[in-house]
Amino acid sequence: MTPLSYSIAHSLPEIILALGALALLMLGAFRAGKGDWIITEASIVVLGIALLSLFFQLGERALIWDDAFIDDHFARFMKALAIGGALLTLVLSREFMARARIDFFEFPVLVLLATLGMCMLISAQSLIALYLGLELMSLALYVIAAFDRDNVRASEAGLKYFVLGALSSGMLLYGASLIYGFAGTVSFTGISQALNGAPSLGVIFGLVFVMAGLAFKMSIVPFHMWTPDVYEGAPTPVTTFFATAAKVAAVAITVRIVITAFPNLQHEWRQIVVFVAILSMALGSFAAIGQTNIKRLMAYSSIGHMGFALVGLASGTEQGVMGVMIYMAIYVLMSIGTFAAILSMRVGDRYVENIADLAGLAKTNGLMAFVVAMMMFSLAGIPPLAGFFAKWYVFVAAINANLYFLAVIGMLTSVVAAFYYLRIVKIMYFDDSVRSFDRVNPEVTAVMATMGVFVVIFAAFPGPAIVQSAAAAAKSLF
Amino acid sequence: MFGFGILTGLLVLPLVGVAFILFQRDDEAGLRNIRWAALFTTIVTFLLSLYAWALFDTGNPGFQLVEQRAWLGNGLTYKLGVDGISMPFVLLTAFLMPFCIAASWESITHRVKEYMVAFLVLETFMIGVFVALDLVWFYIFFEAGLIPMFLIIGVWGGKRRIYASFKFFLYTLIGSLLMLLAMMAMWGVAGTTDIEQLLKTSFPSSMQTWLWLAFFASFAVKMPMWPVHTWLPDAHVEAPTAGSVILAGILLKMGGYGFLRFSLPMFPEASQYFAPLVWTLSVIAIVYTSLVALVQEDMKKLIAYSSVAHMGFVTMGLFAMNAQGVQGAVFQMISHGLVSGALFLCVGVVYDRLHTRDISAYGGIVRVMPVYAAVFMVFTMANVGLPGTSGFVGEFLTLLGAFRANPWVALFATSGVILSACYALYLYRRVVFGALEKPALAGMKDLDRREMALLLPLVVLTIWYGVKPGAILDASAASIELLIKNYDAALVATKAAAIALH
Repeated sequence: MTPLSYSIAHSLPEIILALGALALLMLGAFRAGKGDWIITEASIVVLGIALLSLFFQLGERALIWDDAFIDDHFARFMKALAIGGALLTLVLSREFMARARIDFFEFPVLVLLATLGMCMLISAQSLIALYLGLELMSLALYVIAAFDRDNVRASEAGLKYFVLGALSSGMLLYGASLIYGFAGTVSFTGISQALNGAPSLGVIFGLVFVMAGLAFKMSIVPFHMWTPDVYEGAPTPVTTFFATAAKVAAVAITVRIVITAFPNLQHEWRQIVVFVAILSMALGSFAAIGQTNIKRLMAYSSIGHMGFALVGLASGTEQGVMGVMIYMAIYVLMSIGTFAAILSMRVGDRYVENIADLAGLAKTNGLMAFVVAMMMFSLAGIPPLAGFFAKWYVFVAAINANLYFLAVIGMLTSVVAAFYYLRIVKIMYFDDSVRSFDRVNPEVTAVMATMGVFVVIFAAFPGPAIVQSAAAAAKSLF
Repeated sequence: MFGFGILTGLLVLPLVGVAFILFQRDDEAGLRNIRWAALFTTIVTFLLSLYAWALFDTGNPGFQLVEQRAWLGNGLTYKLGVDGISMPFVLLTAFLMPFCIAASWESITHRVKEYMVAFLVLETFMIGVFVALDLVWFYIFFEAGLIPMFLIIGVWGGKRRIYASFKFFLYTLIGSLLMLLAMMAMWGVAGTTDIEQLLKTSFPSSMQTWLWLAFFASFAVKMPMWPVHTWLPDAHVEAPTAGSVILAGILLKMGGYGFLRFSLPMFPEASQYFAPLVWTLSVIAIVYTSLVALVQEDMKKLIAYSSVAHMGFVTMGLFAMNAQGVQGAVFQMISHGLVSGALFLCVGVVYDRLHTRDISAYGGIVRVMPVYAAVFMVFTMANVGLPGTSGFVGEFLTLLGAFRANPWVALFATSGVILSACYALYLYRRVVFGALEKPALAGMKDLDRREMALLLPLVVLTIWYGVKPGAILDASAASIELLIKNYDAALVATKAAAIALH
């Protein structure tokens, strides 16, 4: 038994999020006011405190709550990304939600609950804890996907996400029960101890099903079908949340479970990871070419990027884990910046989403065009922008693990992907303008500009800091 | 300054200019400020590069003015330095930039601010390629130049600018990504990305082959070598004048510099193994693209094809791997940077007046533009390789080097010299001589003061280096001697090891 105070001290962010969510839910229910910004502001404060509390977490690694959860450097790094993504999502959401007349207090509370689920998921050290965190996150996400309930597309997105999500949860649960049956334990370290020697077929089956369930949350091919529809249909701030925090949590638990629970089955899961990574990179590159809606394009782009992140995981080394962590950190920066720009595409009370609407943006709004162009070059992995360093670290790991085939395929698909990112730059810079956008709230512009600066000067700041903390954090899984 | 050296200063100075330009307004006074600020920045950068040159010791074959700082850890550092091979290129880059700015003074009238920013940022990246002493930084600068160049071609280019900009970007990207994978593998083996350390690392023979091919993929596209040269004519034709100058003058030299910095010294066995392949491609480039140049209807396209042929001499000389060949290749690159840059400026001069690059639209302009005709004559002769111009020295030395390595290569390549005389003189005759029949040409004014100021220094340098090539050859001699010595030693060592195995 771990002492209660020890457990509490090491789950401070989760506790802050849980108490904050409950208190704000009460507050919102009793005030019963619509169009009220205070709950969102309070939620941002709660997320900010949770983020700060991460920096007061000490110690190399701590098993807490009867070894169900773990608090280590890896978890803290990923939690910082998830909480940061949630925080910026809420900052960006204010104007959009108000104009779409869906600024209900439930939205920030649900974001808090989903973030709590993500933190639990990232820290999970057993199959039960994994499922708890996953479901808490998913249930909150199902609701906010359909948050614009009078909008047909949003309701469809929510329903689609729910049905497919439930299926994937079922698969994950089925896989988890198989693993439990063959290993006799639900704890990750226990599983890895029980499974040395030749793996039995049942365990491999279980592993495949668990991976399938997680692949759905990461939107990895062949479990990606929901992504374009949900990205397009859901309100844009919700899409931002899906693209950043939710992805971070899903990738984090996938890395943790395969590295800590199945180190002896590396040969088996590597096949799966390599296979789905290649499919995702290829689909993400080719399918995005024909898109006309920028949110849909970002959906395919995110499928491709998750494929790139898995290239690091496929190596199965400490370097690979470090690569995945850096990749996710940079991906969050780029996604927030891009979605902040998408949230600036406002004409009157309406938000437009067509790529063609960006035509000639360089003449009408130079700053926004510059930031979007830098985001696109960065997503394409062109140095000296942040996206290059993301690719550098995952591909280095793959090369050092002798996965040459995977690396070459990855590089070729990224040339294809560069084509559609360039197309957006071309539309903004080379074409004539059709319309100009209306001014948006300063906080959206501020977030967009900040992310733009980070992406451009990544090599100087915050690059070294992120790389060094990721290098330290990756050690905790080995 | 602030613990950084001169080379960092060369990288930062253009960015200081960018920061100033960004705060200028778009009105008449603002535009004037932007233009003067850009020109001033490039001139100051050139003066600083001259200062670096003054501190540079040509007798020392190693890296000089080195600065190193911790960066991302795990062997990745921020490291800059120059040696005799890179110093001439740094000077060439800094020298050509003011000409590019001045050449765009009147021809660029819309989005001037973005234009100047793109050029200054490009200058930082180009200098960075030549001074980087860390593999990752080299790649960053090498690849980052694509972004401003993509915008320069796409925004300020001609009719087919979008096609040309995409082709330029994607062609170069696919080559470089393969090089990137090779760099990762090198990091894995050597545990460092410090180029100085990597030059001392000997890579296993089997690995050298693959690494060499991956680097070749990138540099061959950049050079560009036949058959991956097709992006160049498109990019040249569509780019604005200054963009063409930079493309021909500096971006093409990055490939040759890459061969000298990486392929030859780091993978000597593979270089020797693949030398016949390079020679074959070079000879094809020299003969074939010269023939293609002969039938071009567009002035810029003709010069673009002639660039491909001249780069063929460079690769031929490099892989001859003797003192004459390599020194000739370096000289040829510098000389071509000056001459082809100047030729594009000459084309720009008449394009600004008539807004067409069709050769058939001209004829007999010597009657209205005698000074222009004389200047154009000097550069045409330098392009042909007439003794007394800088073009001769490079071609002669590379041919000499190739002859020592393989007489057949030299035999075929020499025919290219004749062909280059054909297309260059044919172009000159059709544009400058003949009867002045077209009415549009009659009103053309001769060079104004700005254009004289642009072209005269280049005329002087072209002839000066043709008569006294020592200035460039001496600068690089020590470093190239060391390069060849290490190369031969590495080959002897592997041969000895192979014999010992038997």
